[in-house]
Amino acid sequence: MGAGHGHRLHFHGHSPVHRAPAHLKLLALVAFMLLVVATPRDWYPVFAAHLAVLLSVILVSRVPLRYLLPRMVIEVPFLLFALLVPFVAHGPQVEVLGVEVSEPGLLAAFALVVKGSLGVLASLTLAATTEPDEVLRGLQRLRMPALIVSIMGFMVRYLDVVTGDLARMTTAMRSRGCDPRSPRHWPTLARSLGALFIRSYERGERVHLAMLSRGYDGALPDLRRTP
Amino acid sequence: MSVPTLEVRGLAYAYPDGHQALFGVDLHVHAGERVALLGPNGAGKTTLVLHLNGILTAGAGTVAVNGLPVAKKNLQEIRRRVGIVFQDPDDQLFLGTVRQDVAFGPANLGVRGAELDRRVMAALDRVGMADFVDRPPHHLSFGQRRRVAVATVLAMEPEILVLDEPSSNLDPASRRELADILRGLDVTVLMVTHDLPYALELCPRSVVLSDGVVVADDATYDVLTDDELMRAHRLELPFGFDPRRIDSLPR
Repeated sequence: MGAGHGHRLHFHGHSPVHRAPAHLKLLALVAFMLLVVATPRDWYPVFAAHLAVLLSVILVSRVPLRYLLPRMVIEVPFLLFALLVPFVAHGPQVEVLGVEVSEPGLLAAFALVVKGSLGVLASLTLAATTEPDEVLRGLQRLRMPALIVSIMGFMVRYLDVVTGDLARMTTAMRSRGCDPRSPRHWPTLARSLGALFIRSYERGERVHLAMLSRGYDGALPDLRRTP
Repeated sequence: MSVPTLEVRGLAYAYPDGHQALFGVDLHVHAGERVALLGPNGAGKTTLVLHLNGILTAGAGTVAVNGLPVAKKNLQEIRRRVGIVFQDPDDQLFLGTVRQDVAFGPANLGVRGAELDRRVMAALDRVGMADFVDRPPHHLSFGQRRRVAVATVLAMEPEILVLDEPSSNLDPASRRELADILRGLDVTVLMVTHDLPYALELCPRSVVLSDGVVVADDATYDVLTDDELMRAHRLELPFGFDPRRIDSLPR
């Protein structure tokens, strides 16, 4: 029930990158991502240029890399997949450190790792320099359908509440001698995730009731323009 | 006598699964009164509350607010007149900032621009939360969130304020602060609660609901000191609390 503990991704600051309008930052991010994805895999110097651009933006934003890099662990599953590719792909083989691997596979893995990391780092930079609410406002200015923006708004609002619920449930499990980390207890963990889903669903119903009670008639009034 | 602010007559309701929660409830609340609605768990208090603004539709009987019957065609006006503050403020505060949350109700009523701002600030002023207007609600303490939840409803300028367990989960200081705020408000209040000292402190009159009927409707002091009634309906005073030993109540 306690108050939320602030932002997990946002890094408070007043740099030009922080102050830039959110919709421009979103457009820049999408353009950058498209450019990275469209770059042919073996144009190595161009990737270096992409990275240089990104790093200079981060430098201007004064968000320390020490803050961004640990948050990149989100892409670890993709990296593991990328590591597998050279071993399973076909084509001419080359020897790297005494292991025979597929040459096109190696190239594909390189592209996957580099493009993925550039994308994740760029997104983290946006998240670090823009409040979630600003991102929503930016999306609204870019004419994203109102329904999708409000669903995302609810997600931002209730993320802390639901993770708080989950944390209390796992604490309660631990207190009764169950370690959610051990595979032996995974079935229990799965059941508690089910319970969390039901709880969140019921909370959704209560929120809807509270909205109806204040005259909600199916359309969210436009409140974001109030100062 | 004048038209009651809230008039419930012979209200009965059964849930779709067949469980009957209310068996003919009669209740009148007049303008300016503060009334506590007491009763054990499962007595039908929440079900009754959800009828007051037309979330649930009566199986039999009627509900009227200042003479306006709760019916589909009046729902918008009924929901303006009856402001419900739900138990969990996280259910009530769902937008990005306190300002947006408080503005949500009046904006649904078509209030815009400067008037909307005025209502938001006035409501927050009344609960002492004006300084927090641009903060995200989930960064506030629980007591602060409860007060903002009250403001979200006050901004609609309701004729009756219905509070579901207003003192639950509050620490004693927040509980007292909320009591001060509620006492200072110039609105009719119906307060659902298990917190009997709180009822005695705030509400001169109490209604006891048990098994879907009203079993008592009297001065709060008389209800709480009627040992037989209290025992019969699973109402218990907290350890060490005796209404007979309180010489003066805050007005």
